[in-house]
Amino acid sequence: MAKVIETEDLSVAFGEGDGQNIIFRHLNISVEAGEFVTLVGVSGAGKSTLLRVIADLIPPYEGSVKIDTPQDRARRRIAMVFQSANLMPWRKIGDNVGLGLEGIEVSPEQCRERVRSTLDLVGLGDFSDRWPYQLSGGQRQRVGIARALAVDPDILLMDEPFGALDAITRIALQDELLRIWRETKKSVLFVTHDIEEAVYLGDRVLLLGDRPAHIVNEYKIDIARSQRREGENFMRKVEEVKAGLVDAMALSDGAA
Amino acid sequence: MNTAHRYALSVTGLVGFLVFWEAISQSGWISTTLLPPPSSIAPSLVSEIQEGIWHWMVWASFRHYAIGFFIGSFLGVTLGVLVALFPKVEASQAWLARVLRPIPPLAWIPFAIIWFGISETAAAFIISIGIFWINYFTAMAAVQAVDKDLIEVARAFGHRTFPALLKKVILPGAAPGILSGLRAGLGQGWMTVVAAELFGIEGIGQRMMEASGLLATDVVILYMFSIALLYGISDYIFVSIQNKILAWQR
Ligand SMILES: Nc1ncnc2c1ncn2[C@@H]1O[C@H](COP(=O)(O)OP(=O)(O)OP(=O)(O)O)[C@@H](O)[C@H]1O
Ligand SMILES: [Mg+2]
Repeated sequence: MAKVIETEDLSVAFGEGDGQNIIFRHLNISVEAGEFVTLVGVSGAGKSTLLRVIADLIPPYEGSVKIDTPQDRARRRIAMVFQSANLMPWRKIGDNVGLGLEGIEVSPEQCRERVRSTLDLVGLGDFSDRWPYQLSGGQRQRVGIARALAVDPDILLMDEPFGALDAITRIALQDELLRIWRETKKSVLFVTHDIEEAVYLGDRVLLLGDRPAHIVNEYKIDIARSQRREGENFMRKVEEVKAGLVDAMALSDGAA
Repeated sequence: MNTAHRYALSVTGLVGFLVFWEAISQSGWISTTLLPPPSSIAPSLVSEIQEGIWHWMVWASFRHYAIGFFIGSFLGVTLGVLVALFPKVEASQAWLARVLRPIPPLAWIPFAIIWFGISETAAAFIISIGIFWINYFTAMAAVQAVDKDLIEVARAFGHRTFPALLKKVILPGAAPGILSGLRAGLGQGWMTVVAAELFGIEGIGQRMMEASGLLATDVVILYMFSIALLYGISDYIFVSIQNKILAWQR
């Protein structure tokens, strides 16, 4: 399988000189075409930062990120769902969803259609003409998801996209995301705090920890997705990842 | 407090003020030359209009004001935005602005006359100075305060060139600040109009000087009210436009 994301000895640091803060060092991770990878780690480990370098929003300090996806002028290669929705308050909801469609080769009709269908998908089909301030936090977060899906990216980077949602909406959107992923063969890198969510969604779970961060552990989830909400194997896997996270926290505390 | 209630209170406040003033004037405690009653405004207005003075002066002042407002606002906003966007420009203006800023617009009068003569240009120049500084600093602050996360979002969705970021994030994000600067300039401009005309440029200010020389204080008051009216109208129009542009704010 081809790798769509590959980091090579990737390091990221903020600041310079004495105040320099190295977030992670010599990180080597990869995501294969069509793979669903989840990323867990304690708060402040550098998960959002990793997504940012991959999306080319901040530069690497050392090493590199390789993105290998086909070029298609009617789509974008990478789209990101941010940890906080970050909608543009001066754009109506529909125009927020259309943000990434401006500047790529889609006709106005296609554009409207994509905005409409992705808003329907996140259950906000009637909200196209509202202003962001008229939405709840969870609704805004869903608009952020629609905005990323609208550009039909090959790679979907998702930073705790379901964090602000109630359990029922969250489960529905998880399954919706899995369906889209299966049908469109996207590659997904998905950050979450919720270990059950990580094990439920991922083909692989990466555990980012320690300081500077690196991948302290990696879990392959070879349980059929239909067996994942509960069941012996699923629960065991969740416990295993949880134990790994606790170890990783002990590790960073020791280092600090 | 609903809109009607608010409206009623505002009217009561203004009318109450006028009645109080009229009463003091009529009581005879103070000579009507020192304090002409508000009821004298209407007759003075009629006579000024009959003599063809009022609309002539108001129109002249409005011209100075409009030209000064547009030039001062345009330069202030443009330079303020540029300074905020380019750190090197910001650094190079930091001390220069501190030197020039505290000079009041009226202190420029001698130079305005030397450079432009006793002319409309001179009045517009003086008016534009105060407006320039207000817009310069508010536009700079507004751009600096634009949410960096939204710039990141725009970049993540493929808008990475400077013009694209300017159009999609920086200007809309700075719009509330820029508009409030323009509005402050709108008021500041009327305050300098009169002063800019005191030295002989035709307009409300000149007419007020003339009238006060003749102790025609009722005429002075008439023009004071005329300025208030002009400001009220321009501010009202501005706020309605502003509300349309900023409909996205709660
Ligand atoms: N722009 C920045 N400048 C300086 N330090 C930063 C910056 N952004 C993040 N950091 C630091 O980098 C570290 C990792 O931050 P990051 O946001 O990637 O964490 P995270 O794993 O996503 O945490 P969370 O789960 O809480 O979202 C933190 O210690 C943070 O303080
Ligand atoms: Mg984060």
